[in-house]
Amino acid sequence: MLKAIGVSYGIAIGKALIIKEEVPEIKESKVEDQVSELARFDNALKQSITELQKVIEGVIEKLGSEKAEIFEAHLCMLEDPEFIGSIQKKITDEKFNAEFSLQTVATQTATIFENMDNEYMTERAADIRDVTKRVLNILMGIKVVSIAEIQDECILVAKDLTPSDTAQIDKAKILAFVTEIGGRTAHTSIIARSLELPAVVGVGSGIRVIKDDDILIVDGEEGIIIINPDEKTLADYKKRQQEFIEFKNQLEKYAKMASTTTDGKTVELAANIGSAVDVESVIKNGAEGIGLFRTEFLYMSKDALPTEEEQFGEYKTVLEAMNGKPVIIRTLDIGGDKKLTYLPMDEEMNPFLGYRAIRLCLDRTDIFVTQLRALVRASSYGKLKIMFPMICNLQELRMAKKILEQCKTELKSEGVVFDENIEVGIMIEIPSAAVMSDILAKEVDFFSIGTNDLIQYTLAVDRMNEKISYLYDFYHPAVLRLIKTVIDNGHNAGITVNMCGEMAGDTNLIPVLLGFGLDEFSMSASSILRARKTITSSSYEECKKLSGPILSFGDSDEIKEYIKANIK
Amino acid sequence: MMEKKAIVKSESGIHARPALSVVKEASKFKSEVLIVKDGNEYNAKSIVAIMCMAAIKNDELIIRTSGADEEAAAVAMVKVIEEGLVK
Repeated sequence: MLKAIGVSYGIAIGKALIIKEEVPEIKESKVEDQVSELARFDNALKQSITELQKVIEGVIEKLGSEKAEIFEAHLCMLEDPEFIGSIQKKITDEKFNAEFSLQTVATQTATIFENMDNEYMTERAADIRDVTKRVLNILMGIKVVSIAEIQDECILVAKDLTPSDTAQIDKAKILAFVTEIGGRTAHTSIIARSLELPAVVGVGSGIRVIKDDDILIVDGEEGIIIINPDEKTLADYKKRQQEFIEFKNQLEKYAKMASTTTDGKTVELAANIGSAVDVESVIKNGAEGIGLFRTEFLYMSKDALPTEEEQFGEYKTVLEAMNGKPVIIRTLDIGGDKKLTYLPMDEEMNPFLGYRAIRLCLDRTDIFVTQLRALVRASSYGKLKIMFPMICNLQELRMAKKILEQCKTELKSEGVVFDENIEVGIMIEIPSAAVMSDILAKEVDFFSIGTNDLIQYTLAVDRMNEKISYLYDFYHPAVLRLIKTVIDNGHNAGITVNMCGEMAGDTNLIPVLLGFGLDEFSMSASSILRARKTITSSSYEECKKLSGPILSFGDSDEIKEYIKANIK
Repeated sequence: MMEKKAIVKSESGIHARPALSVVKEASKFKSEVLIVKDGNEYNAKSIVAIMCMAAIKNDELIIRTSGADEEAAAVAMVKVIEEGLVK
């Protein structure tokens, strides 16, 4: 049994499929008969092309033509007269074996890309390696797994899954994920929750005991993986799986209920989304709004900056689908661990403390203005609110608001109709903003506490570093005190205070946050029903009484125990 | 042989997706299609070559075509570089 971090609820039982990253060893040799060696290469090439065409068809059918573009570029490389020509020449003129010829030319080409000093091109080197691997595997008779080509139900086991891996996931085939690295807020975890697939991440090197076709039980709540269970365990988990499905079905009755406590206080339960595609699940789970629309995926899924029209279209789609319910759209938060391939950024010593989010936008006002114009224009299609990320001082907020006002004036002079009273808020995710929240509150319409970064910055803990991940603690008294301060300062200024980090969906903490006075809880759509169950069975007055003493604790373990003992 | 000038207009230059459009267009013609940038020739039917060229916005390129359909090829290439990549 392996124990790690359960990041997405549910139980899956199925066969393991290991996604390897091994590079086959290439031997250099000379061939006698270069004609048949060339034929062997050409055959492998042809087979790779056929394979890729199948992948492209599949991806287009399941995920749309945009996601297939990367594979089309791969196909184009396999049909490239110069690239393929130099490999063929190496075989015929220098009598090298096909594998070595391919590998040598590919490495040379990849090196050219890597040395281009442009992050985008560096990634193209990875494309060259990708296609090379495909042909090499065929030449060497190695069977590999491409996520888009998976035919049978399975549980993916990998070091990590990249966004391009997860983009190919077909929910009918993939039952769960297990990864070696990552934490609750890693990309893989967020995707698992939005796909509602059980997932366990951060397993560490212990993951290597899993072999292909092992039967796995993945418990995404407890973070447990059982390998080749005995019959009793299997039967036990099958029962639990059934119970979970029933529990989920039972939760569905909460989809249509208001988020009101037993004593009549109504809060808002909202969802975090990354694109218009996620809205379906938001509506299905009965969210009262969207508390965080992360716009960076709009930028990350393209190979050029999205235009004003493209953005406007996406925002409009979401607003219309939400049918008048509030939608908080966060302006671009790029930098840190989220990079844009086509927007080269300098290597930084501390990217999380560096050039990102609002800092980048206030510097690259061209990018910022394009987004703000799209947002303002979209505002007439629903209840749109704009939120600025990573605000660390008052000047930044004022500057961002000034640019927004300029966009509005400009659009007005162009005769565009929009909502004149778009609410503007900020993320509270930097401790300085939390400390200054009494002052900041006077200049915005709402706060949204971004707990993922707030915890990371308050506790000086890199949330991606497994060695210190135990320090990344929702229950740290300093974090809870800051949250309480922000809520109180917001309320004193008469504005609403939301929370849009993972903490907002933690059913143990919801009663505490409720007691602190939080107005809106925004979380993964799949966590909403559970949260509503907690809220509708809690009494606000009691939560207030119970959460009061928490601020006097000094030790997060004491807080956990206190919560366990006092809040059901 | 035929030569025509083209200026890169797309905001992010010619990288993967635009390069794909350039190569697809060039491959429609029988003629040899070369793009000259800073005195270096790049085969427009090779995605690797076009990506290595790494043209950015406002770069001035020369399209050099030779073969049976050289004129049509040159016209089409200028069109794809100047108008086809802006999106």
